[in-house]
Amino acid sequence: MQDLRRAADGAAPGSAWRDENPSSHGGPDRRPVGGLGGSEEPGPIAVVPPQLAEDLGHYRRVALLGGIYSNHLALEEALKIAAARGVDAVLALGDFGGFGPRPDRTLELLRGAGVAAIQGNYEQSLSGGADDCGCGYTDPRDNHYAQISYDYTRAHTAPDHTRWMATLPGHIRFTIAGRRVLLCHGSPRKVNEFLWSSTTPAPFIRRLLHEHDADVIACTHTGIHWQRFIEDGRGVVNVGALGRPANDGATHVWFTILEASGPGLRAEHVPVPYDHPRLAGEMRAEGLPAEFVETVLTGWWTTCLEILPARERGLGLH
Amino acid sequence: MSPAAAYPEAPLLALDTLWLQVAGTLCNLQCTHCFISCSPTNATHGMMSLDQVQAHLADAAALGVREYYFTGGEPFLNRELFEMIEAGLRQGPVSVLTNGVLIRRETADRLRRLADGSEYSLDLRISIDGWDAATNDPVRGAGTFDRILAGVGNLAAAGLSPVITVTDACTGASTPEGRTRLLQFLRDAGLVRPRLKVMPLLRIGAEETRTGGYADWETLRGRTLSEGEAEALQCSSSRMVTARGAWVCPILIDFPGARMGATLEETLRPFELAYPACYTCHEQGLSCRT
Repeated sequence: MQDLRRAADGAAPGSAWRDENPSSHGGPDRRPVGGLGGSEEPGPIAVVPPQLAEDLGHYRRVALLGGIYSNHLALEEALKIAAARGVDAVLALGDFGGFGPRPDRTLELLRGAGVAAIQGNYEQSLSGGADDCGCGYTDPRDNHYAQISYDYTRAHTAPDHTRWMATLPGHIRFTIAGRRVLLCHGSPRKVNEFLWSSTTPAPFIRRLLHEHDADVIACTHTGIHWQRFIEDGRGVVNVGALGRPANDGATHVWFTILEASGPGLRAEHVPVPYDHPRLAGEMRAEGLPAEFVETVLTGWWTTCLEILPARERGLGLH
Repeated sequence: MSPAAAYPEAPLLALDTLWLQVAGTLCNLQCTHCFISCSPTNATHGMMSLDQVQAHLADAAALGVREYYFTGGEPFLNRELFEMIEAGLRQGPVSVLTNGVLIRRETADRLRRLADGSEYSLDLRISIDGWDAATNDPVRGAGTFDRILAGVGNLAAAGLSPVITVTDACTGASTPEGRTRLLQFLRDAGLVRPRLKVMPLLRIGAEETRTGGYADWETLRGRTLSEGEAEALQCSSSRMVTARGAWVCPILIDFPGARMGATLEETLRPFELAYPACYTCHEQGLSCRT
């Protein structure tokens, strides 16, 4: 994993620049930069406020991990695939906990592998001491299950990991093939905004790219991967989720490789088979809801459904 | 200006949502709680033409609008509605708000084909005001409960799952028990994946006559908005167009002061929250979006 730990070409620890992030609950006033290796060496320390975009310089090929939701088994498999694919870096787009069992296993794996990460709503809520996940659901049943997830995760996350979450930036920027890539959790303007394929049209993408000085916006939060390029090398890529299947009746999960391709770049959604019966067993042992276990075993979502647009809802079983 | 007498302004943070009142205030029903008093004879706002809709859609695309809502009145009274939906779906997701009465089986099939033909979502939203005729019909009109359910059934048969909107005119709709009862009613009506939105009432238009309007103290006068409160208001992220121009929101189109211009371009500015209905949006977090 040494390759994954290497900072990108020309990445200067102090080169973060200000980026609008209207949703900023929680987090301390200062954060160290350069600790991408996580728990090992502290690395060179520069101090900048949290919630800013961190500029990681240039890459040729990166692995982008969406919501992990405590699925440490899938994370392990994804890291292997990414290494085999020769990526320059692995970057995680937030929501490391929630849904699955034993959140510390995922966090240890993530930090040990030197994955560069941004905050999702989970990291904002946990590090800010919030009482709920800030997922952005509107339906009472969805919120009921979201609260079970959050309370479990909060009770089982070590304080050291929570402190680490507070040090993470809200956004990360880098370039691939000269294209400016902006990583965010939900959308560049809001950590818990849902960017679904069927409700993120081309004219809106054009505006987002313009307003946020980016060629490619990569996001997660919805749990379903998709991409829409409005012209060569300009578009939105939802990297999907590593923690939960994509509500398509298949048990594997997904991450995304973004790489230079010819003169431009391409995004490839990569399926990750993993030992899902084992995960289901761990979830049962932890007393997590049977509805969550069912999703792991069947590939169909059973909760958090009301937020789905008509198109995406119609493709699921429930 | 004395701060005590001033109304707060809602900033336009981002124009994400465009409402199009394609059927104006013309409706085949005459619900007693309608906040814009729609009826078969109310032509305060007339039908929009396909040309008008296309012109606003072109403006919206240039401004980077994310989503479109077609409403009325009753949109299915507009003979060009399908062409309008098709035009909308070429550039973003479309929701159509309807009472469902005019959705015959072939209407539903045609909607299904439009949905399948687009990369963006087509959503239908049907209003009903209760789980039986005894609760619904006094509000929406005699015999409407059965006719609405027939429309819902036709959509379900075509594989479309509409969002069902119920207002607080249905007593208890927003309680957990009310929601449970409504969701079961919708499953029984044939919706495999029932989706439900419960909305507060706006005490203007016909509803003002039914239950009385706002009291003097129900106002935002003298209030200031936090960033979060501003973001929660639908007028910070949406606008409405009718055959008579561009308005701040879908609610205030009977108030001349809420007309912001002829085109969307003219609406890209803050709006003073000087209307009693603004109080409902602020206090109850009302959004007309799904």
